[in-house]
Amino acid sequence: MKKINPRKTDFIDKVKEISGQNIGLCFQCGTCSGACPNWAETDLLPRQLMRRIQLGLKEDVTSARMPWICASCLKCTAQCPRGIDMARVMEAVRLLSLRENIDYVHPDALPKEIIEELPQIALISSFRKHTA
Amino acid sequence: MKLSYLPGCTLKTKAKDLDISAVAAMAALGIELEELPRWNCCGTVYSFAQDDLMHQIAPVRNLIRAQEQGGKKLVTVCSFCYNTLKRANILVKNDAEKLKTLNTFMDEEPDYKGNVEVVHLLEVLRDDIGWAQIAKKVKRPLTDLKVAAYYGCTLHRPKEAAIEPPNRRTALPELLETLGATAIIFPEDNTCCGSYQIVANPEIAMNRTRDIVTSAREQGAEIMATSCPLCQSNLRQMQKKLKGKEGFEEMPVIYFTQLMALALGLNPEVCHFEMNAGNLQPLLESKGLLPVGASL
Repeated sequence: MKKINPRKTDFIDKVKEISGQNIGLCFQCGTCSGACPNWAETDLLPRQLMRRIQLGLKEDVTSARMPWICASCLKCTAQCPRGIDMARVMEAVRLLSLRENIDYVHPDALPKEIIEELPQIALISSFRKHTA
Repeated sequence: MKLSYLPGCTLKTKAKDLDISAVAAMAALGIELEELPRWNCCGTVYSFAQDDLMHQIAPVRNLIRAQEQGGKKLVTVCSFCYNTLKRANILVKNDAEKLKTLNTFMDEEPDYKGNVEVVHLLEVLRDDIGWAQIAKKVKRPLTDLKVAAYYGCTLHRPKEAAIEPPNRRTALPELLETLGATAIIFPEDNTCCGSYQIVANPEIAMNRTRDIVTSAREQGAEIMATSCPLCQSNLRQMQKKLKGKEGFEEMPVIYFTQLMALALGLNPEVCHFEMNAGNLQPLLESKGLLPVGASL
């Protein structure tokens, strides 16, 4: 019988390695979800994303919108009662896609007005977070 | 007193008003902000990845420039530069091996020794000058001006890089009160403005702008003070988009350094108000802080 979303331990290890965080510490209290200012715009809440990482459900995690609408504001990190730096976990998930050369933002497709209007810190940080 | 100063890229272009008003206000307080002779981009965002040292080169190179200038402190005004440099500094001070790798890689540079302290301008005002000294120099008190003290993220998170202990946001309100204004504390004062999501998901910046401005309004603020050029830019641009939407009332946004320059009695020209949102002038005029009809 074919398994749906088979558990991938190498995926869990990669997230742990890049983020430096002990994923197993999370006991699913949901404080991170409550802290996230972008909760209304996401598909999976931070807690739900974390659970899927713990279970090694790679496809669910890499196809989620959550890591890509995260603005690294660190509210989740600041409030986690287990001391997990959730922002680093989000970054690790983004990097796993970016390191396969899958860009989320395409600088060459940005309208000229946007580039002229925005300050450098907006553009550079967007490219740093969202391009390979 | 002279202090090494890193303005950063945005303060030389889209946020010139922040740079010029900061330098002028500090000069009026007797501190010369001495710009580093050859600074580079700080990298804007601190790299979170454990296996990525490449993105620490830019901030550490700036720390080497500060070391060369000889001062103990490196002052930043931009919240992004502050956070990135502060955290890179913490990283290399606590990890000798990573510092060695970086120093070896930048073999054209002198080694960074880890002795520079990265500070934000608000810390200099609070710790090196003090509110009492600033109060003595206020010539045009910001009486009756109700200013929301908006911190954004990077002056307070993570806690090891914060300018104050967690959940104690007092430096900015205390400065505003020192300048004669009424500081408004509001629930969303450290909520993210949407940051770099303005590029990929502008609706997030728009929704956060609505949350932040509405929260400040509800507490009675009529103007918002910021330190971060990206907060300023997002709040400015997204408010234009929110204009006329039900239940939304615009609020002018100003840098705390512009308010300082005004209160210290400097020529309003150093504030470059022409760069701020359009509805700033009528408010400042109505409070007697600007000559009526002044061309900005």
